[in-house]
Amino acid sequence: MTAGVRTRDAQLLWVAAGGAVFVVILPLANLAGFVSDYYLNLFGKYLALAVLALGMDLIWGYMGVLSLGQAIFFGIGAYSIGMHMLLEGSGKGVYGEPVPDFMVWNQVYQLPLFWKPYKFAPVALAAAVLLPAALAALIGLLTFRRRLRGTYFAILTQAIAFAVWLMFNRNEMRLGGTNGLTDFKSILGFSLSAPATLRGLYLITALALAAALVLARWLVRSKTGLVLQAIRDNERRLEFLGYDTSGYKIFVFAISGALAGLAGMLYAPQVGIITPSQIGVLPSLEIVIWVAFGGRGTLWGALLGAVSINWLRSVLTGTYPRLWPIILGGLFVTVIMLFPEGLLGIGSRLQAVLARRVPLARAAAPAAQAYPPSDKI
Amino acid sequence: MALRTEVVSRVAVGLLVCAGGLLPRGAAAAPGAAGPDIRVIAGQLAEPATQATAIAALGGLTDPAVEPLLRALKDGALYRWNTGVAVLGDDGALRDLAGRPVLDSRGQAVVPREGQEAVALEEASFGRVQAILERLQVFTGDPEARRSAAFKLGSLRDVTAVPVLAKALEQERDARTRTVLEEALAKLRLLAPVAATRADAARALGRLRSESALAELRTVLEREADPTTRQSVQAAVQSIDSFVFHRSVVGYLFNGVSLGAVLLIMSLGLAVTFGLMGIINMAHGEMLMIGSYTAWVVQELFATHFVAHLDYYFVIALPLSFLTAGLVGLALELGIIRFLYGRPLETLIVTWGIGMIFSQSARLYFGDQTSVNPPTWFRGGVEVLRGLIFPWSRIFIVVLALGALAALYLLLRYTYAGLRVQAVMQNRSMAACLGISTRRIDALTFALGTGLAGIGGCALALIGTVDPEVGKTYIVDAFMVVVLGGVGKLVGAVVASLGIGLANKLLEPAIGGTAGAIYAKVAVLAIVIWFLQWKPTGLFPSRGRAATEAAEAG
Amino acid sequence: MSVRVTRRDFLKGTAAVGAGLAAGVGFPAVIRAQGEKEAIKVGVLHSLSGTMAISEAPIKEIVLMAIDEINKTGGVLGRKVEPIVEDPASNWDLFAEKSKKLLLQDKVAAVFGCWTSVSRKSVLPVFEKYNGLLFYPVQYEGEECSKNVIYTGATINQQATPAIDYLMSPEGGGKRKFYLLGSDYVYPRTTNKILRLYLTKVKKVPESDIAEEYTPFHHQDYQTIVGKIKSFGAAGDAAVINTINGDSNVPFFKELANQGLTADRTPTMSFSFAEVELQTLDVKPLVGHLASWNYFMSLRTPENLRWVKAYKAWCAKHGTPDKQCVTDDPMMHAYVHVHLWAKAVAKAESTDVDAVLRALEGLEIDSPVGKYKVDPKNHHTWKPVYIGKIRSDGQFEVVWKSKGWVHPEPWSTVTYPSRECDWSNGGKGTYDLVEGKHVWLSERK
Repeated sequence: MTAGVRTRDAQLLWVAAGGAVFVVILPLANLAGFVSDYYLNLFGKYLALAVLALGMDLIWGYMGVLSLGQAIFFGIGAYSIGMHMLLEGSGKGVYGEPVPDFMVWNQVYQLPLFWKPYKFAPVALAAAVLLPAALAALIGLLTFRRRLRGTYFAILTQAIAFAVWLMFNRNEMRLGGTNGLTDFKSILGFSLSAPATLRGLYLITALALAAALVLARWLVRSKTGLVLQAIRDNERRLEFLGYDTSGYKIFVFAISGALAGLAGMLYAPQVGIITPSQIGVLPSLEIVIWVAFGGRGTLWGALLGAVSINWLRSVLTGTYPRLWPIILGGLFVTVIMLFPEGLLGIGSRLQAVLARRVPLARAAAPAAQAYPPSDKI
Repeated sequence: MALRTEVVSRVAVGLLVCAGGLLPRGAAAAPGAAGPDIRVIAGQLAEPATQATAIAALGGLTDPAVEPLLRALKDGALYRWNTGVAVLGDDGALRDLAGRPVLDSRGQAVVPREGQEAVALEEASFGRVQAILERLQVFTGDPEARRSAAFKLGSLRDVTAVPVLAKALEQERDARTRTVLEEALAKLRLLAPVAATRADAARALGRLRSESALAELRTVLEREADPTTRQSVQAAVQSIDSFVFHRSVVGYLFNGVSLGAVLLIMSLGLAVTFGLMGIINMAHGEMLMIGSYTAWVVQELFATHFVAHLDYYFVIALPLSFLTAGLVGLALELGIIRFLYGRPLETLIVTWGIGMIFSQSARLYFGDQTSVNPPTWFRGGVEVLRGLIFPWSRIFIVVLALGALAALYLLLRYTYAGLRVQAVMQNRSMAACLGISTRRIDALTFALGTGLAGIGGCALALIGTVDPEVGKTYIVDAFMVVVLGGVGKLVGAVVASLGIGLANKLLEPAIGGTAGAIYAKVAVLAIVIWFLQWKPTGLFPSRGRAATEAAEAG
Repeated sequence: MSVRVTRRDFLKGTAAVGAGLAAGVGFPAVIRAQGEKEAIKVGVLHSLSGTMAISEAPIKEIVLMAIDEINKTGGVLGRKVEPIVEDPASNWDLFAEKSKKLLLQDKVAAVFGCWTSVSRKSVLPVFEKYNGLLFYPVQYEGEECSKNVIYTGATINQQATPAIDYLMSPEGGGKRKFYLLGSDYVYPRTTNKILRLYLTKVKKVPESDIAEEYTPFHHQDYQTIVGKIKSFGAAGDAAVINTINGDSNVPFFKELANQGLTADRTPTMSFSFAEVELQTLDVKPLVGHLASWNYFMSLRTPENLRWVKAYKAWCAKHGTPDKQCVTDDPMMHAYVHVHLWAKAVAKAESTDVDAVLRALEGLEIDSPVGKYKVDPKNHHTWKPVYIGKIRSDGQFEVVWKSKGWVHPEPWSTVTYPSRECDWSNGGKGTYDLVEGKHVWLSERK
């Protein structure tokens, strides 16, 4: 019991440190001029993606359900707020028409019906978070109740992501096609050109991340959390013990969907554009990689993975425009080979080495289990 | 003068029609006995006043000597000689209309006098001469050019072309060209004043299933007064419509089979690595890419060193793709994958990273502007029905896919190596107990899977692009096929790819519109999703206790 | 494994995280700051990977070559020009991010970039917000006129409508039916919208003789579409207007060749397919197909011959195989606009965006197509129009040429007859001519 408390305190150190830096120090540095607006904006984007990774870690790291379609929920959130921002700035586009620019060159001059509710900010904000949650619950209902799990569930979500991506790319959907939604002028009345707005958005993102983190921690530490981990370890046994596992799975899946939607909602105003390239199979796979790279099942790992990989990508595409995929790919290979528990695994292993002076070799990757091949992903 | 020319030309036509059968086919430049009439008309070309009528007269003739005469006039190689004209040959000497050299009183070849000007073609007649020359293309040597000319004449709606077409038809031997000539004639006769001719023409077009005449027939239908003709035209339209419909169905079926073959060849390798071994290889697409690039490298090699045998590059490229991709797979397995057995998650990430490395390395080394051109045997296709061509490259891919499948099946079933592979996949511990080296089998099986991917890539280079991104394009489809088909059974991959291919290509026209292709794909995905819900283990799930346990544990 | 948290530990932890962050954030900026006094930085924003790399990668090369030429003659304002190359990887979101980086982080004087209209529309808000200067070298659909962009590529009336006129003329085959096929994004959609109006209203072509179809980027399977084109053009009086972009052109043309759709029956007129894309294909079955551009590599002007020779030398130096070393229209525009920028900076004696824009108005320069100038008002350029036919040696043979240079119409007279654009002398860009008065779009509402 004491050990548990102490370990929690150890993590608390890093939590507080990270929280201090991101929520307090960074914005202050920006105000003081040490950190440029550009970088603050960039980190706002990373933190939004961290919320996305958090949701992923909940269902996958703790519950063992691999969903290869999280990007869909992210996209819905981003598009919801994007639609509202476009409607807010109607008449200020290139054509000066009341409908968004992309509709004009699609020869649509009347606002389609499904766009109209998004004129109202509360609707857009609610839709950004609740629609993905509802969709996730629906998918969960159709699949978890039928005992669809493991690889099959992953492939199913992959197929859904692919189909949604194809649909969003069509201009007939009246969502901008491959151009996506862009040219946002203001959000909730605050002009997006003003640095103050972007600072505010950053702060909101950081706080939202903190709140999501608190929520997630509370969830995994509660009894529900234990059930989740039990589902991950051996769902069958849990079913025999009388638990309605599919109910739990649907519930947590919906939460992850809501978090993804929230992430999208925070992402779009800061980046200034949302396209279908953020929805689909490849982005969903990347989310998985962020979480696994950082260390899944730890919540912090998800954050670390999301921020570090995206930050690395931004830096590498600039400094090594020709080599960055090789560097990034190489990083994936080496880190996972040496530290299968991801970056946080490095941390804990280093700690073990330093604390007990365990030889590094022993601390490295456990011997590969040749058999039986496990289908647990 | 004009009337006499008219009478003369009519007689000439009559004479020539009789003599026509004696003329060799496609004798455009070969001299026949040019009647005195053409010489007279030719003489009139030299005078600006009579040039236009002379050209018109020549246009009505079907004498093969007309063509070189008019061509010479257009090119400025026609000179006055005695009372008539002569053509300047390539050797600089003058020739008469029969092509024989013109000799002067001393028997010497005649060249144009110093400063003598050629007969000038009046600007106003240029178009007319051009049109007549094009018309006479129906007699030229190359059958493709004859077909082209005949088709063009048919669509120009100029009924004066009828005698020329009729003449050409009589001496035409090539079956395909005959069809085009008949069609062109019928199209022109559709504009005839006599109702019976029109009805005949309509019937002919119906019989020929002439799709190109459809629009014309429809317009005639609206204007046509005579009831019997209306009936013939109506019948023709219906017959052509139904032909076009049936032809499209055949076309869609072939497209579906072709797409299915493409999917199969993409996924066969994955069926081995993921289906049999359970390794999630996200670099599978890059293995396909390696196969494509091998084909390109071999092509370039042949283009620089063995140009004469350029086509045979493909014969070398195919097995070489298998070897290259197989060796890369082997290296991958020995160096990395083998440490990750039983940990599909890590394999996923690591192979994803490897895929990124391969893809970018290919880009750095080869650039983005590469493409593979099929060998000449694979160019074009076979015309199965009029207007429907099955490209050779796609037929080849179907054959290759089936061949690879057969080879794989035979390998697994009837060779010792194959039996060992099956044993290891079904029950690893038991196989190890029986003395099979599971390590070696693992490595070889993985190499086999990637080698198959290499072959797939080499074949796909024929119809698609060769660039570093091909991997990403194919990976999702490949996984879909393998999972739909049922992990663990090869026949599942076959049925799944064929099913998806056919469904996709039949839904495309059914949905239609500007986005048929995409909606069809989405519809197919929806079907796959629904199916997986109902039967998550795929079409042909592996049975047995081990398999069931593995599936449930996930 | 127990650790007690003290205040000291907390501060250490924060310091560690903060230091790591600062290092990652600040370090590159420190390095960059060293060289700022020396060179003038310009951004190069073209996709070097992804689906558009096939077309965009050579443009980056030509921009670097132009900058190299400028530096060899002493640079601009006595300072060297330093290119900062970014790879947005055919990802429109990355385009926006990179443009922010170039403008805010690297503080470049100008950016030479973009190809697809998607990418340009993604970066436009950034350039307008931060008053940057973008030079855009690719033909596009018009209906845009930003203060911060110099559009050197062709507008619809400098490429598309002359092509239609040619196809309908006797030399072009007297075509009467048109199959509009393109990639599914803003450029083909807008172009086809304008062309449809042009065909139906001006050329009196019935709606039933026009077909429209769109495929996504990177689409590979054109079997059904080519079959449809064959049926559409069965009577030999149709032409395909091809606005497919990127590597999808390769499988499309391969399928055309395989299914025996030759140019003499149903020619294809392409707006986004040029020498660069052609050299990846087998030319023989494609002979006779057409393209409409402001430049072809086969032009025999002295400037062009010199430029092609210089580019070939550059390729040899940088390891590009000779077969792939071809020039095309967007490359020509990119080359010209780098030199235009340098000339404007010299004329304005400053790199300040507003000063350079003023200097660019009406600026003339020699180019591989002869005389070339920036319109004094609307930020577009004047250039000739050529229609080329694919020849068996992989080059385009010019079959039609405009009489001299054509003025640019960013707002096509077909769709917006009374709308124009004027940024000179305090003009506010796009305006409608209402009863002889300028009604600025930005001031409406």
